[in-house]
Amino acid sequence: MKKNKRRDFLKISGAGALAGVGLVTGLIEKTVVGSESPTQRKTTKEKIRWGMVIDMNKCRDDCTKCIDACHVTHNVPDFVNPKDEIKWIYKSPRKKVFPNISQEFSTKGQKEKPFLALCNQCADPPCTKVCPTGATFSRPDGIVQMDFHRCIGCRYCMAGCPYGSRSFNWRDPRPAIKKIDSAFPTRERGVVEKCNFCVERLEKNLLPSCVETCPEGVLTFGNLNDPDSNVRKLIESQPTMQRKPELGTRPSVFYIT
Amino acid sequence: MLENALKGGRSYWVLVSVLLVIFLLGVLAYSRQLSEGLTITGMSRDVSWGIYIAQFTFLVGVAASAVMVVLPYYLHDYKEFGKVVLLGEFLAVSSIIMCLMFILADMGKPERALYVILHPHPKSIMFWDMLSLTGYLVLNLFSAWGVLTAESKGVSPPIWVKPVIYLSIPWAVSIHTVTAFLYSGLPGRHLWLTAVLAPRFLASAFTAGPALLILLALLLRRTVGYDVGAKAIAKLAMIITYAALIHFFLVGMEFFTAFYSNIPSHIHGLEYLFFGLDGKSNLVPFLRISFILGLLSLLILLIPTLRHSTPWLAAASAGLFVSIWIDKGIGLILGGFVPSPMEEVVEYIPGFLEVCITLGIWAFGFLLLTVFYKMVVSVKRI
Amino acid sequence: MIERLLVYGGLAGFLFLVSIPFWFSDQSSKHQPPSLSVNSSKGHCVESRAFMRANHMKLLEKWRDDVVRHGNRIHVSTDGRVFQKSLTHTCIDCHENREEFCGQCHSTLNVKTYCWECHVTPLEVQ
Repeated sequence: MKKNKRRDFLKISGAGALAGVGLVTGLIEKTVVGSESPTQRKTTKEKIRWGMVIDMNKCRDDCTKCIDACHVTHNVPDFVNPKDEIKWIYKSPRKKVFPNISQEFSTKGQKEKPFLALCNQCADPPCTKVCPTGATFSRPDGIVQMDFHRCIGCRYCMAGCPYGSRSFNWRDPRPAIKKIDSAFPTRERGVVEKCNFCVERLEKNLLPSCVETCPEGVLTFGNLNDPDSNVRKLIESQPTMQRKPELGTRPSVFYIT
Repeated sequence: MLENALKGGRSYWVLVSVLLVIFLLGVLAYSRQLSEGLTITGMSRDVSWGIYIAQFTFLVGVAASAVMVVLPYYLHDYKEFGKVVLLGEFLAVSSIIMCLMFILADMGKPERALYVILHPHPKSIMFWDMLSLTGYLVLNLFSAWGVLTAESKGVSPPIWVKPVIYLSIPWAVSIHTVTAFLYSGLPGRHLWLTAVLAPRFLASAFTAGPALLILLALLLRRTVGYDVGAKAIAKLAMIITYAALIHFFLVGMEFFTAFYSNIPSHIHGLEYLFFGLDGKSNLVPFLRISFILGLLSLLILLIPTLRHSTPWLAAASAGLFVSIWIDKGIGLILGGFVPSPMEEVVEYIPGFLEVCITLGIWAFGFLLLTVFYKMVVSVKRI
Repeated sequence: MIERLLVYGGLAGFLFLVSIPFWFSDQSSKHQPPSLSVNSSKGHCVESRAFMRANHMKLLEKWRDDVVRHGNRIHVSTDGRVFQKSLTHTCIDCHENREEFCGQCHSTLNVKTYCWECHVTPLEVQ
């Protein structure tokens, strides 16, 4: 009697495992990313990979023009309660943006220098991997896009992001937006948002708002896959850093310190 | 079968009423959350998961623990568990339903909940978690209901019950492994980024779940005279003793790797929880109590005379349950967000409405459990 | 005997209750379909009126996924004209007042749309 039960158990487990494998392969085939538009491919072989180089040596500590431009262009709300805060690009002390830089014997000025932080538009992002509905996904041109229509607000992407780039709409953002720009939608309560590399401006061959606004030329934007691009030239001509490269995310934002 | 739950004495109806009232208060609080948003919780940009997800994580463990009674009884013919198996399975059903409610409560857009099925994304562990939790719910609900119905009619259970139960055994391990995978694959969260997380989850689940089962069994014996038997209780006590030993061993492993390696990112999570970080320490009392309570309870269980004594066993079971609830529920999930990826310590205190919703869901779970156990006790008495 | 009275009486009462909307509705004023103003100075709509009436919801959903998920922003209408796939920049460009244009039918039929939770029309911001 006992032997039969264990045999049944093994049979069921085996059948279950086979069924599971079949299900998985079937599902993976179904979720292939849809078609790309011709505007996103330079040639049939070479894809664009949008990237940014931030020269912190040129960045003035007290200036927030890029942040203001971004937040105005994209209707980013400004909440009173810091708990509800939403930010796409922001400044934070170097010791927080680059905690791996040793602070031993650094001056206070070095440790506390305000560094720009934004979504790194990683080439291998953990956030898109963990999103259960594909509401955040990687575009062929490297931008990590948010589909606000599909986001269920589970905030798994926020837990997955190793950089703290993402914000959630804990409440209705509209009352906290000083002046709404109708050219870009606001978001609604219950979805996650982050910097989108101004994808809507890129489609019109405009530079991202932050890049265009910066009076000091701190931000350089271009195609990382083009060896003749401005960003590639900057990266190849001097030492640059990425945030937490050891995590394997392959960020598209490089810093000159 | 459900009609058994409509007949009861005064104390039964008092219990049901109290649980219903707490549940309704939770519903009222949830309607506020639906209109205002998750801002009513204590969650923030840096601590983006709070007690809802924490309760979910803990309860998946309680649900998985049904396997500790199902496996010996069905796979190894351990007849002594005859009167406790259904209690375990129905506990699993109530726990999973609570899990699903906590997930819904935590969602920013609950009206889009079905998108996880409509737009599946197999690379996301959350997709597999959804599949495995709903599968486990179906397996346990159908098998428990099928067995109980057959018993109420005095016939042997239908033929499909056995394979369903056999499937639920590895499935129980899978639900908690998948839930651990939600956390242990995230590169930016160093408290969770450990291979030991899934084994830790299983060990603590197999401690807390059967501990609750012991308490419920003792309660049923005291209140309605339903006695699962001294042998069953003793076996459960032995199970939670070994599980607790493994659980504390694994916790010890975490401490060793963190503090011996001296790597700041490894240390900071545990440091915040047990000692405080950057002067912020609102979780420290909880974690320390959890540690001491858990160890004391384990010590009691290791002494045979105490383990066999009902009051001591009840105290130790309660102690372990609370200890692991704090460790997993409060410590692990909230602690994972501290320090933030920007090395900041942002503390989290649940909002009042958030606590109301949480209590409401717990009350609903216990209400379900009350109804199920009423059914089991009534049928088994006939 | 009394059961028969109760049963038939109850049935009659139920039928009355269930048909109350017909008894108490205002039969005199027939339903006026909403009249939507058309801004013909900007030319024809993206597609024909009949097509839009039947399919605007599917069109908008397709545009949404095409733009957001596939970066495909060009719409070529059936008569060969080229448009940008955009609710705010194309549709609202002509149908400027969304309460008057979209809102009339949608509120009459009580089909709730959540477009405007996020999308903003220039008219609203003035």
